[in-house]
Amino acid sequence: MVNAAGTFGRSGSHDYILLRASSVIIFLFSLFMAGFFVSTADVTYANWSGLFSNVWMKVFTLLTLTAVLIHGWIGIWQVLTDYVKASGVRAFIQFVFSVGLIVVWLTGLFVLWGV
Amino acid sequence: MKTYTFSIYRYNPDVDDKPHMKEYQLEVEDNQDLMVLEALIKLKEKDPTLAFRRSCREGVCGSDGMNINGKNGLACITHLSSLKSDKIVIRPLPGLPVIRDLIVDMSQFYQQYEKIKPYLINDDKTPPARERLQSPEDRAKLDGLYECILCACCSTSCPSFWWNPDKFVGPAGLLHAYRFLIDSRDTATEERLDELDDAFSVFRCHGIMNCVNVCPKGLNPTKAIGHIKSMLLSRAV
Ligand code: SF4
Repeated sequence: MVNAAGTFGRSGSHDYILLRASSVIIFLFSLFMAGFFVSTADVTYANWSGLFSNVWMKVFTLLTLTAVLIHGWIGIWQVLTDYVKASGVRAFIQFVFSVGLIVVWLTGLFVLWGV
Repeated sequence: MKTYTFSIYRYNPDVDDKPHMKEYQLEVEDNQDLMVLEALIKLKEKDPTLAFRRSCREGVCGSDGMNINGKNGLACITHLSSLKSDKIVIRPLPGLPVIRDLIVDMSQFYQQYEKIKPYLINDDKTPPARERLQSPEDRAKLDGLYECILCACCSTSCPSFWWNPDKFVGPAGLLHAYRFLIDSRDTATEERLDELDDAFSVFRCHGIMNCVNVCPKGLNPTKAIGHIKSMLLSRAV
């Protein structure tokens, strides 16, 4: 059984809660960014880097990137265990996506660090 | 006279290399309406090699589940007129191995049913002499659950069951799981929930609701699955 090996949470309910909670964070961040673009007539480098120099914005962004990592990890695992039956191929694709998600997270961390 | 054209999935592993669709014509009197099962029996009189299961022929036994014009249902309670077409395509229930023609191997379906322990578990050391009583309210909780006839129309219409028939319990099994989880006389609620709390058994249900759409008894497995998810989640948080 491939019951849990590739996924993120400890159980089915744990996965379920992580998926829902992370989607709420991603939704709030998207809403916030949409609000920023709508309310800022002219997005310049100055107000863009000004926004991200706030500590709360760094935390909010990193929190969202963490949510993307978790959401993507579990989601990809669910889709792959549905559609990819050969376990070697599935493990490889999961590996590629998981590394990609971690790379996104780390890139975000260093970009935020530098602002 | 009205002429129906049937296109029926045929496969006999002893003689056929692969499955094929075979066409049949059937004449029906203008003022007459047949059930799909009656039509199949008439076609079998002409072609005795055609194989399908049936038993009670009135929607109680659940033997003649099949895919009729793309929708799973019981042949014995599906009127030809309800199909609104004189072309009728009949295939076996999707997703399960075909034994012959419209007969599928239901082992995986029954294994999932077996997994949820479909019987009352009660660890009461001193059982009552005659029967375990239930209040009318508690008994009412079993309505919409106990009526299932295990025809497999729902589970074989469910993509999650197609992809993981060995790990996802499927709508029919989960409907029965909830029937025992909610039974006031059953004392194994926690153990039952423990066995369902993996990433597949229950949580592979993504609420597609094909099960609700096809159930010939009008039951709602998605709702039962939602209740099981709530029970699991309220333990987890
Ligand atoms: S829930 Fe309905 S469709 Fe599913 S097995 Fe039971 S009677 Fe058949």
